[in-house]
Amino acid sequence: MQRRPEVVPIVNAVREFVPAGGVPTAGDGLPPIDDPRFAISPGTRSGRLRRSWLDTFDWRLFRAGLILEYRLTRAGHGELLLTDRDGDPVAAETLTGAAAAVPRRPFLPGALPLGPVRERLMSVTTIRAMLPVATAASTLTEHRAVNTDDKTIARIVVERMTVLPAPKPGATIPGAPKPGAATDSAATDGAPAPGTSDRIAIIPLRGYQAQADRFAELVEQAPGFGPAAHSAFETALAAAGRRPGDYTSKINVELAGDLPAAHALAAILGRLFEVALANRDGTIADIDTEFLHDLRVSVRRTRSVLKIARSALPPSLTERYRPEFKWLGDLTTPTRDLDVFLLTYPSMADGLIGANADELEPFRDYLRQQRTTAHRRLVRGLRSARFARLAEDWQRDLARLASSSRHRPVTGPYAAARIARTHRDVLRTGAAVTEGSAPAALHELRKRCKELRYALEVFASLHEPAQHWRAVNELKTLQDVLGEFQDTEVQRARLRGFAAQMIGQGVPATALLAMGEIGAQLAVRQQAARAEFAGRFAAFSSPQGQARITALTGAAR
Amino acid sequence: MRILAAYNIKGGVGKTSTAVNIAYLAARDGYRVLLWDLDPQGAASFLFRVRPRVKGGGKALVTGRRPVDDAIKATDFDNLDLLPADFTYRNLDLHLDDQRKPMTRLRNLLRPLGDEYDLVVLDCPPSISLLSESVLHAADLLLVPLIPTTLSMRTLDQLTGFIAGFTGRRPRVLAFWSMFDRRKRLHREIAAELPAQGTEVAATAIPALSAIERMSLQRAPITASAPRGQAARYYRDLWAEARSRAGLPDPPAGPPAGLAPAN
Ligand SMILES: Nc1ncnc2c1ncn2[C@@H]1O[C@H](COP(=O)(O)OP(=O)(O)O)[C@@H](O)[C@H]1O
Ligand SMILES: [Mg+2]
Repeated sequence: MQRRPEVVPIVNAVREFVPAGGVPTAGDGLPPIDDPRFAISPGTRSGRLRRSWLDTFDWRLFRAGLILEYRLTRAGHGELLLTDRDGDPVAAETLTGAAAAVPRRPFLPGALPLGPVRERLMSVTTIRAMLPVATAASTLTEHRAVNTDDKTIARIVVERMTVLPAPKPGATIPGAPKPGAATDSAATDGAPAPGTSDRIAIIPLRGYQAQADRFAELVEQAPGFGPAAHSAFETALAAAGRRPGDYTSKINVELAGDLPAAHALAAILGRLFEVALANRDGTIADIDTEFLHDLRVSVRRTRSVLKIARSALPPSLTERYRPEFKWLGDLTTPTRDLDVFLLTYPSMADGLIGANADELEPFRDYLRQQRTTAHRRLVRGLRSARFARLAEDWQRDLARLASSSRHRPVTGPYAAARIARTHRDVLRTGAAVTEGSAPAALHELRKRCKELRYALEVFASLHEPAQHWRAVNELKTLQDVLGEFQDTEVQRARLRGFAAQMIGQGVPATALLAMGEIGAQLAVRQQAARAEFAGRFAAFSSPQGQARITALTGAAR
Repeated sequence: MRILAAYNIKGGVGKTSTAVNIAYLAARDGYRVLLWDLDPQGAASFLFRVRPRVKGGGKALVTGRRPVDDAIKATDFDNLDLLPADFTYRNLDLHLDDQRKPMTRLRNLLRPLGDEYDLVVLDCPPSISLLSESVLHAADLLLVPLIPTTLSMRTLDQLTGFIAGFTGRRPRVLAFWSMFDRRKRLHREIAAELPAQGTEVAATAIPALSAIERMSLQRAPITASAPRGQAARYYRDLWAEARSRAGLPDPPAGPPAGLAPAN
């Protein structure tokens, strides 16, 4: 037997209707139809369905124009349905047995069985996990629209959907509905629970599209019924209090140039901490590596702002919080370093020339084991009293800052001055780097570059977008090569440390030899970055390169 | 995709009753089934309440002017579609004769449906014709209903002989006793005869039952309208024998939709 077609063909156009106001109707939820050509033959089949809509924490699927739904009809039988935003099928996959449980927990696309859905998801992301953005329990009742021959021309599926409360991050979504279980909130008749809505789908039978269309028109004209303006996805999302793109790690704070800088900084720092907090639970639950990454970036940006804008902030604030955020940043480093090793592991193993990939396996085991320990320590820190106090005090102090009477300096000129200053620092530090400079000199420059980058980013709303983009791009080119140089430097040092520990654990010599090759790969990359640096810096510090940055400071509103 | 044909040159022997019930049972098992009502009289179409009409008629289908799947209608049952009869099918012979390879035409017409269906069931008109010959060439399995008469075994042997003359692929033949009455001594005696080599007679005989006759009043397969009845049981047994002979792999696990009959 052939496999079912991979892409669900759209044979017929389904039309959806809702009772006026979208609220559940009494009785069977069927529209009154008064037409000699058609009749409704009342429901002979019913069922329950658990629907979950999944996306990455940062809505990558939605941004790519995709919607992923997981439908569980019974234990061990689920369907993954990938559609575009109009609901047209892109790919579908039936999951049975153990695979049916995979989408109930956060999962990476690679955890799915080989197939069209996995393939499509992989093309959007490989490292971000899919999580439920909304989950609903539906009861379905199927009725039939019949013609004068008593032949079914369309199925009428009345769906009563109750959106379930959002699960905690990393939690398992509820399993398949149990037949006959009375506890299913959506199943209880009578007063509808909040977040409950009805919709009617007219699903034409093959070869009866024309008659089904005529029937759908009658439904549309029936009193109290209208075309469904929102898809089930949109309805469920709204009921869950979510909207697509409601999380982003961007600093989306609109600043006015004449705002007191202290107030602007309070808004920026507040937003940065909001992002950090948004990623805390996902980091603790260890859903994917990017929660920690975004958390770290937020902390690093916070630290940079506290440093470069200290002159506009109360000294008591910077004194108190700079060490706290250093602590928080340091807390996250060991886990992130190991994540980087593990994320790049496949390509490192692929790049082995002398050793073969399985000889490197003990290294991966070691990394995993180290990461477990590191993550446990990280979780302890994120759950500590120190973190709780930091979060509480920080938000309170930022609120105070936001209403403080520090009216000078003013944001526009202040931002321009800070950007100009960090820019000068970059130029000066970079000019001091020679071919003979120690890696530490490049590391210093990298830090200055990051400060400039964050200064550009936190004040982005003050800039003309095209100019901003050009400036960031100019800087990014330099940052990339410095990042590569420094990251490989750090990784080489870590690798040596790992090897020293692994020897004590009696790993095979072949593993260490393979790791030696990894060290060489890193050294080659580092040298290449070093070789490229001079050219990149020359471009950055050229008059044109400088002009791209100074254009912003001149144009600051 | 497998092709199964309910075949006998005689009319009124139970071809349509068999085709309709076998198709329904296969769909129930989870196979995606297409039933093609090749008889211009449209008995199978009538049973499924589908109007016996194909746009452009049989000619458009056979000549390929209209793709076969344009004419397909869903029945009221999951997984079971119907290619309806059309009055113009009585001229199908002529149109087939115009084709370059009339013998393989039917099979070639169905080939593009291989992705959509696991099983095609052909309900054949009674006749010796180019069409029926084309059916013999298209089918993987012939289900041949035989009413026990002194001549029935000879008719079957003739069919076996005819098929043996084919070059290339040949359908398997599974005959079965239709409208069997075990109280009749003649029936029992005839049923004891052995067919020629290459032909099997199914262990299941479909008895003469008034429930089967009443199918045309209910306009639904008896296996669907009275699944617990005696008639349904016999058809299920016959389907089990046919299924294993047709070389169908196991059906996909479980129903795809989350809907079950309400109780
Ligand atoms: N097993 C049976 N018992 C009683 N009547 C039957 C049986 N099989 C078929 N019939 C009846 O015999 C007639 C011819 O059957 P049908 O299936 O249409 O045969 P065919 O397609 O070979 O012409 C129909 O009226 C049908 O209801
Ligand atoms: Mg017939």
